[in-house]
Amino acid sequence: MSSVLYDTPGPNAKRRNVVLSVVFVALLALVLWWVWQKMDDKGQLKWSLWQPFTTSEAWTTYLLPGLGDTLKAAALAMVIALPLGAFFGISRMSDHRWVRVPAGVVVEFFRSIPVLLLMLFANEFYARSTNVTTEDRPLYAVITALVLYNASVLAEVVRAGILALPRGQTEAAYAIGLRKGQTMTSILLPQAVTAMLPAIVSQLVVIVKDTALGGVMIGYTELLNSRSTLAANYANVIPSFIVVAIIFIIVNFTLTSFASWLEGRLRRSKRGTGAVLTEDTVEVNPAAVGGAFGTGAGGTSV
Amino acid sequence: MFDFLQGYDVLGAFWMTVKLTVLSALGSLVWGTLLAAMRVSPVPLMRGFGTVYVNIVRNIPLTVIIVFTSLGLADIFGMTLGAANDFKAQGFRLAILGLVGYHAAFVCESLRSGINTVPLGQAEAARAIGLSFGQTLRLIVLPQAFRSVIGPLANVLIALTKNTTVAAAIGVAEAAYLMKSMIENEAQTLLIGAVFAFGFVVLTLPTGLILGWLGKRLAVKR
Repeated sequence: MSSVLYDTPGPNAKRRNVVLSVVFVALLALVLWWVWQKMDDKGQLKWSLWQPFTTSEAWTTYLLPGLGDTLKAAALAMVIALPLGAFFGISRMSDHRWVRVPAGVVVEFFRSIPVLLLMLFANEFYARSTNVTTEDRPLYAVITALVLYNASVLAEVVRAGILALPRGQTEAAYAIGLRKGQTMTSILLPQAVTAMLPAIVSQLVVIVKDTALGGVMIGYTELLNSRSTLAANYANVIPSFIVVAIIFIIVNFTLTSFASWLEGRLRRSKRGTGAVLTEDTVEVNPAAVGGAFGTGAGGTSV
Repeated sequence: MFDFLQGYDVLGAFWMTVKLTVLSALGSLVWGTLLAAMRVSPVPLMRGFGTVYVNIVRNIPLTVIIVFTSLGLADIFGMTLGAANDFKAQGFRLAILGLVGYHAAFVCESLRSGINTVPLGQAEAARAIGLSFGQTLRLIVLPQAFRSVIGPLANVLIALTKNTTVAAAIGVAEAAYLMKSMIENEAQTLLIGAVFAFGFVVLTLPTGLILGWLGKRLAVKR
């Protein structure tokens, strides 16, 4: 691979690169060896600690139900947050100030406070003011917090998606006599949703990651929470962490790859306007998206 | 109306949040810049390491990383970061370690996209006058890249401010940790929620506005 930052390596540069590579590998090997030693020291490499993961019990009793709950909360949150986000995103572009301003305030508010705060609050709120059962409460609280936060992030995604469409689309719709609502629902939204798909899938990664908060802080039985039950049973803290991290990486990496595949496909496709919205479009260009309040508090993927 | 605040150190908790944010931000800026330099370097192995690091860290929940620093690094491996007997200081340092490791990946990605916005001619001209890779990056490309990614970096900083709440998972006495105990012990759920939400709005809103303004001012006009 050549880059503009450096020339195609000549004999000297090749030699230097080899030296640097060797030094780097040596350093890396040293660190890995140190980690390995440390693991061995503390007896974390013993087969008895890893063996549970080869049995079906560890998976069917702890990990798979945990993963199932993680995905359930993430999927429900996404399904509820999408229409809500679309609603707020469109409201923010309204011609009426009394619709536009409150929608903007709500979106900016929920984008600028941590999900964890929302989760703790929702959990306590459900405990005091509703008769949601103790078993269901963590799930409700996790979904409520994720919906509020992600709906406001998605509102910005929807807004950016609609603004990214060529002006001619709106003008043509008005020219053939469609009303504002019709223009939005039958011309702008369908095209914007296609362009937004990669950004929506990327947001799903954020949701999956945020469910883990519910596991630690309000006792929702998702993957990280089942990890501690599993580790308490088999006394294998480090192996269980590694396995759970790998599961998260596989799930999220699949989603990320799917998002970039979608993005590439949309960019190549001849149909449509060619407008594609990725998480970067929203993140890198807050000036175009941020609006009057412009906190850009999303940091969508973080 | 606000007498429920008596006996709770709300300002102290937010001060902890600010300390976590500032220290982690500095750490992740340094580590993230190093990672970005690796990802564009001429040595394939460093590029590979950068790519693998970013892809692994980005896909693990921050909560998993933070909890691991406490239950794994400290409890099992005895990495107490020089605070073996001081549980508070230990949690604080471990939380910063986790936050830096996680957010550096995002700083790296923002910087890399910034490096891509620097026109080819800049790097080509730098090479034409005989600058090495390190000099090109340090003197020509990175200064311009930094100026163009202030907006995205501000987004990472705001996300970092909000993500410091995850440190509550390992008992660091910051805002979310205090809110959890307050909300469980006091009757005014809504008011307590409002106070803490207001605190975070106060922390994140100026960051976005100031850095957004700075980003526009400093952006390289092309």
